[in-house]
Amino acid sequence: MLNYILRRILYAIPILVGVNLITFFLFFVVNTPDDMARMQLGMKHVTPEAIDNWKQERGYDRPLFWNDAAAGAGQATETLLYSESTKLFRFDFGVADDGRDIGGDIRERMGPSLAIAVPTFILGLMANITFALLMVFFRATYLELSGVVLTVVLMSISGLFYIIGGQFVVGKLMHLVPISGYESGLDAFRFVLLPVAIGVISGIGSGVRWYRTIFLEEMGKDYVRTARAKGLPEGRVLFHHVLRNAMIPILTGAVVVLPLLFMGSLITESFFGIPGLGSYTIEAINAQDFAIVRAMVFLGAVLYIIGLLLTDLSYTLVDPRVRLS
Amino acid sequence: MESQVLYSSFSGRPKHLDPARSYSSNEYTFIGQIYEPPLQYHYLKRPYQLEPLGAVEMPKVTYLDQQGDPLPKDASIEQIVYSLYEITLREGVQYQPHPAFSPVDEVLLDRMEQLSDFPQPGSRTLTADDYIYQIKRLAHPAIHSPIFGLMTEYIVGLQGLRDQLKEARKESPEQWLDLRKFPLEGVERVDEQTYRIKIKGKYPQFLYWLAMPFFAPMPWEVEQFYERPQLKQKNITLDWYPVGTGPFMLTVNNPNRKMVLERNPNYHADFYPNEGEATDQAQGLLEDAGQPIPFLDRIEFSLEKETIPYWNKFLQGYYDASGISSDSFDQAVQLSGSGEAQLTPEMEQQGMRLQTSVSTSIYYMGFNMADPVVGGTSERARKLRQAISIVVDYEEYISIFANGRGIPAQGPLPAGIFGHQAGEAGINPTVYRWQQGKPVRRSIDEAKALLVDAGYPNGRDAESGKPLTLYFDVTASGPDDKARMDWYRKQFEKIDLQLVIRNTDYNRFQDKMLNGSAQIFLWGWNADYPDPENFLFLLYGPNAKMEKNGENAANYSNPEFDRLFEQMKNMENSPERQQVIHQIMAILQDDAPWLWGFHPKNFGLYHRWYRNTKPNLMANNTLKYARLDPVERNKMRKEWNDPVLWPLWGGGLLMMALVVPAWLGIRRKERQSLRVEVK
Repeated sequence: MLNYILRRILYAIPILVGVNLITFFLFFVVNTPDDMARMQLGMKHVTPEAIDNWKQERGYDRPLFWNDAAAGAGQATETLLYSESTKLFRFDFGVADDGRDIGGDIRERMGPSLAIAVPTFILGLMANITFALLMVFFRATYLELSGVVLTVVLMSISGLFYIIGGQFVVGKLMHLVPISGYESGLDAFRFVLLPVAIGVISGIGSGVRWYRTIFLEEMGKDYVRTARAKGLPEGRVLFHHVLRNAMIPILTGAVVVLPLLFMGSLITESFFGIPGLGSYTIEAINAQDFAIVRAMVFLGAVLYIIGLLLTDLSYTLVDPRVRLS
Repeated sequence: MESQVLYSSFSGRPKHLDPARSYSSNEYTFIGQIYEPPLQYHYLKRPYQLEPLGAVEMPKVTYLDQQGDPLPKDASIEQIVYSLYEITLREGVQYQPHPAFSPVDEVLLDRMEQLSDFPQPGSRTLTADDYIYQIKRLAHPAIHSPIFGLMTEYIVGLQGLRDQLKEARKESPEQWLDLRKFPLEGVERVDEQTYRIKIKGKYPQFLYWLAMPFFAPMPWEVEQFYERPQLKQKNITLDWYPVGTGPFMLTVNNPNRKMVLERNPNYHADFYPNEGEATDQAQGLLEDAGQPIPFLDRIEFSLEKETIPYWNKFLQGYYDASGISSDSFDQAVQLSGSGEAQLTPEMEQQGMRLQTSVSTSIYYMGFNMADPVVGGTSERARKLRQAISIVVDYEEYISIFANGRGIPAQGPLPAGIFGHQAGEAGINPTVYRWQQGKPVRRSIDEAKALLVDAGYPNGRDAESGKPLTLYFDVTASGPDDKARMDWYRKQFEKIDLQLVIRNTDYNRFQDKMLNGSAQIFLWGWNADYPDPENFLFLLYGPNAKMEKNGENAANYSNPEFDRLFEQMKNMENSPERQQVIHQIMAILQDDAPWLWGFHPKNFGLYHRWYRNTKPNLMANNTLKYARLDPVERNKMRKEWNDPVLWPLWGGGLLMMALVVPAWLGIRRKERQSLRVEVK
């Protein structure tokens, strides 16, 4: 297993190099350092000297890929590509355009993101699986038909509607929780309640339908017939045998997103004023702060690769037939 | 007595809070309350009027000749080689408590996570050296002050100082530069309380710059304090933790969530103004005349990115004031029969107050005057521009896209700026005629006639017969932009002109503007200070964007305009200056290098407990005048936000109604299978 993990980590390196090259191309070639300087220095009184000065202070005045002025290896290393890439691979994200340390901000914002994403993920998964199993349990009855219609309706509604509607009804009309905002510690509870509830409800439509399909497929298999023939109650067949055997597709979908929970949710965080990494990314995109966007894209790629690795490892836990070699 | 806490918000984290660098309104919201430049704008008087703030009186201005000898006040502009501004400061002004003014224990530095961890913050008295230090900071190559380029044209020796500092940084890039060791020729310390600034030529507008945070004092100890690497690593920098003498100090600075200003315990004596405009008394704005300020104890700014949650929280009383986004406009405002904006009954019932003001800004459509089709001084191009000026109906634009929140512009100067003329004398005769006491846009037929004169009958080139196609360069990426672009296209179609929208990203658009390849474009300007020079310089030939990278985006060049502008910019506000501006307007309106567009109108809503609010578009330090009634606010919050629980009970019952049959169904099914086994 150790060999497998090491090999997967080695495979990840070219993927990350590729991600780095693409983001570098997008953020330094398509959008040149001159463009960045103009964005950051504002609209008024921006002189060519101010642009040069800005680039020089950040080291963006170096050549992109090849430095003819340098000697030996310096021709490759004294370039923007080399310096920016090596920094990323050391997880040194540098500073944002406002001078703040990006690594520090990421560490600080991870907490609020997790405060929303983890409960949403766990409660959502539990709710989706439970409802899906119940629909399978009541298959070919009016309850299943109503459930299917309801899930189709739920998944047809835009996520933004749930957010705005939830804020309006629960926050504004019923005055049960704050409409938006965030506090640290235990005070966070009343602020995360609504976004978590909305996150769970908005995901139920597609989630339940997905898991229902998986369970229905399992229901047709021989071991289910055998279990029934043994006289096991239908509830035990479903919640014990079918659920366990359906774990592989469930894990495929669930474990891979686990690391990405750190990245937060772009829209939910923005609308609820949650100072997490999702809103951090959105703010950076709006402000064209490419240092942050690049760091978040790279971090997202790393976490996704970790997610895929964790998924593979989790197979061995739920299915003894799977051996990683 | 209950403390006065104002609740406000910020939609994006401010980028810079360093007064040498900060240059946007969302940043001035904070540093305007903390830093005190020598001058400020009177809160109530209009037109805007400067008055001393850090200074004890208005600066004494002396004009000098080449040898540095004083000239009489009425010396001609040719004689004046330098202007000397002597500024005398208030005595006994203290800085806010801050650890930079106390000895720092370097051993404990690693353990300090935030500024409040430092024991016993100190203070010291403000001196003229602090103002001088800040002026030198404008030239610091690492600070990137946005006004450095502009100020090198005026402050003597500023460019030389930049060169010296650059050299010094080359030698030791990471080391703190003590600017006290670098002389600046144009700034002189007279004594502890007095300093002089020497600027090139005559530049009356310099006084306005002295009311901006760029010229606020900066103690050298503070800059040295923040240069410690241990603090920089924790994002504790001067760019994030301002230190000033103003009424408030920043005590919580988490741009990811909340920023808090608290009353500065060392704030000097300051009082609410005793006089204002004629209507101020009736509006209750002089009830606190002569009272010591600030009234507020604390201002909490929460990060609020979206307008809908902000608006709902404002209605619940959790925010004290709000702008009006287009989403909530109809809920808040209705237009009366005469077109006046007034509150809806729902808002009136909540006791809201609506205040409107025409902003000192302009949004315009410009023609690239270097373009062979729409630009230049030829009669043909001028008439084409005039025809387009008539057909693009900005009254309709304001009505459709701005909820009526704007005033169609007759020229570059908005109301409130000297030189702006209301009524018939101020209309743009190229586009409007005066009828029944109001300006009426000229007809499409008149525009078509101009087009025929220009050699484009029915929108076709008279010589080649080809349809005239014009190109509109925009950065239109928002969801509303398609409708907006369609609207522009339709305006041009009124006289059979084809408008091709060339949509690009911001940076490509900037490139086009710099190399002069844009043909028609949209641009805007927000005034730095309330002087006509700050608008008219946008059309001054030597400021052309294309060749000089200046602010004249249209690359307009008219020698007569340039001559009059140079004359006007050095004049005091007077009937003579008004006369020159009138001539300038006539030239501009005839040349039509811009479609003058519109001046946006600001709408602000205030709860009944929020007092002393008067829109002041120039002042940055207005929060010290604000007063609240927290008892009233608490009462209304309770009344408006009583929890409604019955839907919860209803929801519970509904769940029961769903669960019980399901549960019974399960039980029935289990029993059925048992029966089958028994058989």
